[in-house]
Amino acid sequence: MDKLFHLWVYLETTPLLGLAATLLVWRAAVWSSSFLGTGPFANPMLLSVLALVLLLLATGTPYSAYFEGAQYVHFLLGPATVALALPMYANLSRIRASARAILPALLAGSIVASGSAMLIASLLGADRTVVLSLAPKSVTTPIAMGIAEQIGGQPSLAAVFVLLTGLSAIVLIGPTMKLMRVADMRAQGLAAGMAGHGLATARMLLVSETAGAFGGLAIGLNGVITAIVVPLLVTFLRG
Amino acid sequence: MLNALTLLIVCQFVGEVIARGIGIPLPGPVIGLLLLLTWLILRDRTPDPTLRQTGGWLLAHFGLLFVPAGVGVVTQLDVLGRSWLPLLVAIPVSTFLGLVVTAWVMQRLAKPE
Repeated sequence: MDKLFHLWVYLETTPLLGLAATLLVWRAAVWSSSFLGTGPFANPMLLSVLALVLLLLATGTPYSAYFEGAQYVHFLLGPATVALALPMYANLSRIRASARAILPALLAGSIVASGSAMLIASLLGADRTVVLSLAPKSVTTPIAMGIAEQIGGQPSLAAVFVLLTGLSAIVLIGPTMKLMRVADMRAQGLAAGMAGHGLATARMLLVSETAGAFGGLAIGLNGVITAIVVPLLVTFLRG
Repeated sequence: MLNALTLLIVCQFVGEVIARGIGIPLPGPVIGLLLLLTWLILRDRTPDPTLRQTGGWLLAHFGLLFVPAGVGVVTQLDVLGRSWLPLLVAIPVSTFLGLVVTAWVMQRLAKPE
């Protein structure tokens, strides 16, 4: 027992534990989500976050100790964001062909999604940090975290809001498109990528490849547009 | 693989330097994305396979990369406890509005392909 305790004390001080836990939990989450079908909760990211949060709470491990190891995974978010340029480049001719529709659609969507989220939350009395962290909620996580930090929100809150937004988009997109009678797969995909980033886009990819391609380009473009729009929107709403 | 990773990290690094140095209100990786895209367009050649492989590998495991940040919610449980009602309304409603506006404008303006 004493030996076991010493082992635990040692493991708690090395980054290895947090790193191994993240990778193993991810494997397990990918494996179990394949059994859960295609529902919104069959998402390995959601399952992993839930499992690791419960694990930290159960063992009384502080987040800073966990992040000591998990930071090596976290670091790759930056290069991965840069790599989004590759699918954008691959779709460049299609983007150019409908740029006059894509850019206004994304700009309008970005302003409405961020603005309404901040407005509703602050009217219902949410904390200022919560309101600011909500602003980039439609954007893919690494960009959203960067924006949240920039405007005085909380990056980890933003990451959670992004996740919840993606899940909402998965649930809402089917009924919404039916209600609006939008049959154009380019419009459906673009809306999915704009409002629900990678989570909703991955979902649309199961329905149509065109929707997936437009969702993919919406993720990258919307990230850039929102990064420009949100700081302006925050200044405007404050003033 | 190493060259490709170096290119991605250098783009991010330069992006970070530009963001903080000049004070552009864009996250460093986003400027890095724009730099890489500009470079690809100017070069006007199919990106070499290792770059596509490395980028593809990173993007294929995008979900995993979000996990450490997502677990950070554990430090925000009290905030979530205080603001659960505004969040429960604001997130789905704003997502719905975003879907509606984007799809509507796109359908209005896009020419048939």
